[in-house]
Amino acid sequence: MKNNYLEISQVGIEFPTDGEPFRALQNVDLGIAKGEFISLIGHSGCGKSTVLNIVAGLYEATQGGVILEGREVDEPGPDRAVVFQNHALLPWLTVYQNVELAVKCVFRKSKTKAEMRDWIEHNLSLVHMNHAMHKLPGELSGGMKQRVGIARCLAMQPKVLLMDEPFGALDALTRAHLQDSLMDIQQQLGNTVIMITHDVDEAVLLSDRIVMMTNGPAASIGEVLQVDLPRPRDRVVLADDPAFNHYRQQVLRFLYEKQKNPAAKKVEAA
Amino acid sequence: MRVTPTKLNIAQLADILTTVNLRLWCGTLIKTLALPAFGIVVFLLLWQLVANNIITSLGQFPGPNQVWEQSNNLLSEHQRERNKETAFYERQEKRNAKKLAKNPDAKVKIRAYTGKATFADQIGTSLLTVAFGFMIATLVAVPLGIICGLSESIYRCVNPIIQTFKPVSPLAWLPLVTMVVSALYVTDDPLFEKSFLTSAFTVALCCLWPTVVNTIVGVASIDRDLINVSRVLQLSATVHIRKIVIPSAIPMIFTGLRLSLATGWMVLIAAEMLAQNPGLGKFIWDEFQNGSSNSLGRIMVAVLVIGVIGFILDSLMLAVQKRVSWDKQAILR
Repeated sequence: MKNNYLEISQVGIEFPTDGEPFRALQNVDLGIAKGEFISLIGHSGCGKSTVLNIVAGLYEATQGGVILEGREVDEPGPDRAVVFQNHALLPWLTVYQNVELAVKCVFRKSKTKAEMRDWIEHNLSLVHMNHAMHKLPGELSGGMKQRVGIARCLAMQPKVLLMDEPFGALDALTRAHLQDSLMDIQQQLGNTVIMITHDVDEAVLLSDRIVMMTNGPAASIGEVLQVDLPRPRDRVVLADDPAFNHYRQQVLRFLYEKQKNPAAKKVEAA
Repeated sequence: MRVTPTKLNIAQLADILTTVNLRLWCGTLIKTLALPAFGIVVFLLLWQLVANNIITSLGQFPGPNQVWEQSNNLLSEHQRERNKETAFYERQEKRNAKKLAKNPDAKVKIRAYTGKATFADQIGTSLLTVAFGFMIATLVAVPLGIICGLSESIYRCVNPIIQTFKPVSPLAWLPLVTMVVSALYVTDDPLFEKSFLTSAFTVALCCLWPTVVNTIVGVASIDRDLINVSRVLQLSATVHIRKIVIPSAIPMIFTGLRLSLATGWMVLIAAEMLAQNPGLGKFIWDEFQNGSSNSLGRIMVAVLVIGVIGFILDSLMLAVQKRVSWDKQAILR
C-alpha cells in the first residue's frame, strides 16, 4: 500500500465544545489509487463530510494526515476540487463566468485567453451545459446548476474530485441522468473521485470501492467493499444482475444490520 | 339553424376576458392611485380641523390653505430675487462695457450678486451638504464594515466604539466639529464655507453607523459554501472581496445606505439650524426668529418640502439598488 496516489492515514479529528472536545473521527485509514472511484456511505452524522473536508483541506485533522501524490495536504487548493451538495455557484455570475473564475485561478499562467475560453466551453459541453453559458444560476433547474458545479470542478483539472452528496438534492430522474453523465466523464478523463452518498444504488453503480463508515462519535471505516462490475455499466441491465444485487445487499446489511441508524436504535430502546 | 358552438364560445370568452381585464385594471387603479389619494384627503381634512382650533402667539396654526398660500409666496419671492440678480448682472455688464469703450486699459470690476438666499437656494444648499456628508460617510463606512465583517478579531476591537458613538445626537457633535473645522480649515481661498463643512461633517458622523453595522452583518453572513469555494480556488484577498464578499453583501449594504441617507437628511436640518449653514434648517430658524404672522405657514412649507425630499432621496437610493443588485427578482421596497 505504499504506492497509493492519495493516502488518508490514521486520521482523527476533535471539535472543541463547551465541555469535553467532541471526537468525530478516529483512525480513518484509506489508500486510494489513481483513477479510482470511491464512495463513502454511512448514516447521517457519521462524519463522511468531515473526511471529505479534511481531504479538501477545509478542516485540519487533529491526528494523522492526508498525503496526495507524496505531498501533505495542509490547506485547501484547486488540485482537490469540491462539488458541493448545493452547487455553491456564485449567483451573480453567469454559468460561463462561474467556470471562468475557477479556470483563471488555475491556468492564469499556463493558458492564453483564447485557450481559456475554449477550455471553459469544452468543460461546459462535457456536462451538456454549453447551451446555457450566459444564464445566471437562478435561471437554471437544480440539476443544471449541479452540472455547472461539476463542470467548474472538472475545469480545474483536479488530482482528486471530491463530491459531497452531489445528487442528494435532486429528483430521482435528474439524479439518474447526472450519474450517467458522471460515469461517462470519469471513463473518459480517468479522474480520481471520492463521493459521499446516502444512496446504496448510486454507490454500487458508480464505485470501484465502497467505503462504509461506522456511526459516530469517533466514527471510523467499518468495511470496504470492492465492486467488480465491468464498465461501462448500464443501470437497466444491472437492475437484473445477481452480482449487482449481491453488492447492494452487502451494503444494505452493513447499514441496517451491523450499523443501525442511531435514531432507530433509540426508538427500539424506548 | 344552430349557432356553431365554437363561435358562441369565442364571443363569450372575449366578453369574460374584457370584464376580467377591466376588473383587474380597476383593481390596480384603486390600489395605486385611489387609496393613497383617499388617505391624503382625509389627512388634509383632519389637519385643517385641528389647525382651526390651535391659536398661537403668532396667530392661527397654519392649515393646508395657508401653507399653499405661503408656498406660492416663496416661489414668487424666488422669481423676484432671480430677476433682481439678472438685472444686477446686466447693469454691471453695461457699466463695464462703457468703461472699456472709454478706456480699453481700464480695470473692470466684476462683483458677484449678494442678494439674500431664497427658499429654493436653501434647498439647493441643503441637498449639496447632505450629499457631501453622505459621500464621506459612505467612503468610510463601507470599507470599515467590510473589514469588520471579514475579521471577527477586528470586529471585537471596533464594536464597542461603534456602539458608543452610534446613539450620539448631532447636536452633541456640532460644537466639537465647529471648533475643529475652524482650527484646521485655514486657507485664504476657501473652496467651501466653514458652516458648510461643519454641517457636512456632522451629517457624516451621524449617518456613518447604519451603513457600518449593516455592512458588517451582510459580510459576516456570507454563505459558508461560497467561502469554501473561494478557499478551494485560493482566491486572493482582493478577488475574494470583489467577486464574493461585495456581491453577497450588496443588499445589506444598501439597506444600511438607505438608513444612513435618511438619518443624514434628518440630522442635517438640526445641524444647519445651529451651524447657520444657509440651508433649510437655517430657513426654519430664521423664520422662527422673524416671528411674523406668515412664519408658521412658511415653516410648515419647509416641513413638507423636507419630507418630500426625504422620500425622493430614498426612492433614488432604491433605484440605484435595483440597478446595482444582481438579483433582479428580489422584492425591494
